[in-house]
Amino acid sequence: MIEIDRVSKSYGERRVVDRLSLTIGAGELCVLLGSSGCGKSTTLRMINRLIPTDAGSIRVGGEDVTSLPAEALRRRIGYAIQSIGLFPHWTVEDNIATVPRLLKWREAQVRDRVGELLELFRLDPPIYRGKYPHQLSGGEQQRVGVARALAADPELLLMDEPFAAVDPITRDALQSELANIHRATGKTIVFVTHDIEEALRLATRIAIMERGRIVQLGTPLDILEHPANDFVRDFVGHHGLGLKLLSVRKIADRLRRGETADGEPLALDASLGEALSAMTARHTDRLPVCDADGHEVGVIVLADLVR
Amino acid sequence: MDAKRRLASPVLWVGLLLAALLLRMDVFQPLLRRGFPGVEPVVYNRDSFLALFLSQLGLVASASLAASLVGVALAVFVTRPAGHDFRAMVDALATVGQTFPPAAVLAIAVPMVGFGARPTVIALFLYGLLPIIENAIAGLEAVPQSVREAAEGMGLSARQRLYRVDLPLAAPVILAGIRVSVTIAIGTATIGSTVGALTLGTPIFDGLVANKLPFVLEGAVLVALFAILTDLLFARLERWLQPAAG
Repeated sequence: MIEIDRVSKSYGERRVVDRLSLTIGAGELCVLLGSSGCGKSTTLRMINRLIPTDAGSIRVGGEDVTSLPAEALRRRIGYAIQSIGLFPHWTVEDNIATVPRLLKWREAQVRDRVGELLELFRLDPPIYRGKYPHQLSGGEQQRVGVARALAADPELLLMDEPFAAVDPITRDALQSELANIHRATGKTIVFVTHDIEEALRLATRIAIMERGRIVQLGTPLDILEHPANDFVRDFVGHHGLGLKLLSVRKIADRLRRGETADGEPLALDASLGEALSAMTARHTDRLPVCDADGHEVGVIVLADLVR
Repeated sequence: MDAKRRLASPVLWVGLLLAALLLRMDVFQPLLRRGFPGVEPVVYNRDSFLALFLSQLGLVASASLAASLVGVALAVFVTRPAGHDFRAMVDALATVGQTFPPAAVLAIAVPMVGFGARPTVIALFLYGLLPIIENAIAGLEAVPQSVREAAEGMGLSARQRLYRVDLPLAAPVILAGIRVSVTIAIGTATIGSTVGALTLGTPIFDGLVANKLPFVLEGAVLVALFAILTDLLFARLERWLQPAAG
């Protein structure tokens, strides 16, 4: 879906992105992770040409991004940012409808699409369509921001620390909504963050960046289990490493099939962290597990978590 | 409720008072005779007040319209990447325009364009430019960076960003600048009468020259009401624009 090939960018003497190459497949949720100034936002913004590259090439869907006008390119790529940037003089409906209207969709189609997206983000359409951004909470504004980015059903979505400015509870809700949307739509998402927990939770792959280069690229589990160097080890953090591992491993990997246990079952695709949490809260060392259809398929046992 | 609010509106009363005085200043003749005994005629009668008012309205409207168009266009230009380098120069020019006393502009303009309305419009135009440019620049620069970045990131072209985002968001601040400019222009336009333009300043200057104080009073009251009414109308326009800007 995206091929970034030896791309560089300098501001004066400072090289913020240094011959970076990265290939992201369709349907991936690739997180660019790093501390501020590592070049992750710059990389993201070069994909939709908000920042021109100095050298190298970027292809989206096989086409070089410079082969079509910047505006046409951007209308095909969803874009959501931390500061949201909703248009304060437009209603929620008009904000979400921005790109569909630029693409000259029929008005009835625009209306339907806005309703669909508001429902996807659990914002009741009759109430929210006509509201202005200043009448919304921070979490609602960010939902509308992401809905606006998804409005024209782009294949690719770029997100620049979209949840960094909201409170932890709202952030948690937004992250699970994004994970659901990613699962349901199969969109390719490039997501920039400095928050390791967020990256572990959302990513199918994480690219850890430092000084304009990727220092490690891998699945969340790869990165926790085999950090490439001391920088990654420090960044991921020794502290709480075990809990982070539990949070990225799935119950399915430790399931004992055929056995049974009492209590409210856990989902097969829940993390081992959730299993540990449920066991601690319910004072038990074994819990039943069910699949997506609600059939019990086995149990998860405390001793297996640390295996 | 609505009818009551309309009745309580100062726009209505100031407007009615201005209209009444423009049409029937002679009603006050007995009162003015008592206040200024021995002055005859006591009500200015060389031109009708209505004609003077309409002439001044035309001068102010054309100068302010031109100043608004040029001022906003210059502000847009210097706040775009292409015009960024001209920012300091435009600032300086506008400030010079404001520092130059309108009387001096008239004195310079008359030998070039002759007497009458033309030098007055030139002076009002130059004098009115600064508040419009300054406010328009401030308004355009106050558009949040996040909004501009989102607009660009979603694929609005430069022209679409200007007309759909920047100008609507800056509109209240731009309008406030035009309001100041027009109100000043109404007062300043009266000196146009010294170079032969017809304005409500004409009775004022005639009265000063001929030592007829009632003329001065009549002209001054009408100009004041004119300025107040205009200001009130702009305030109403601003309120009408406000909810859209949140």
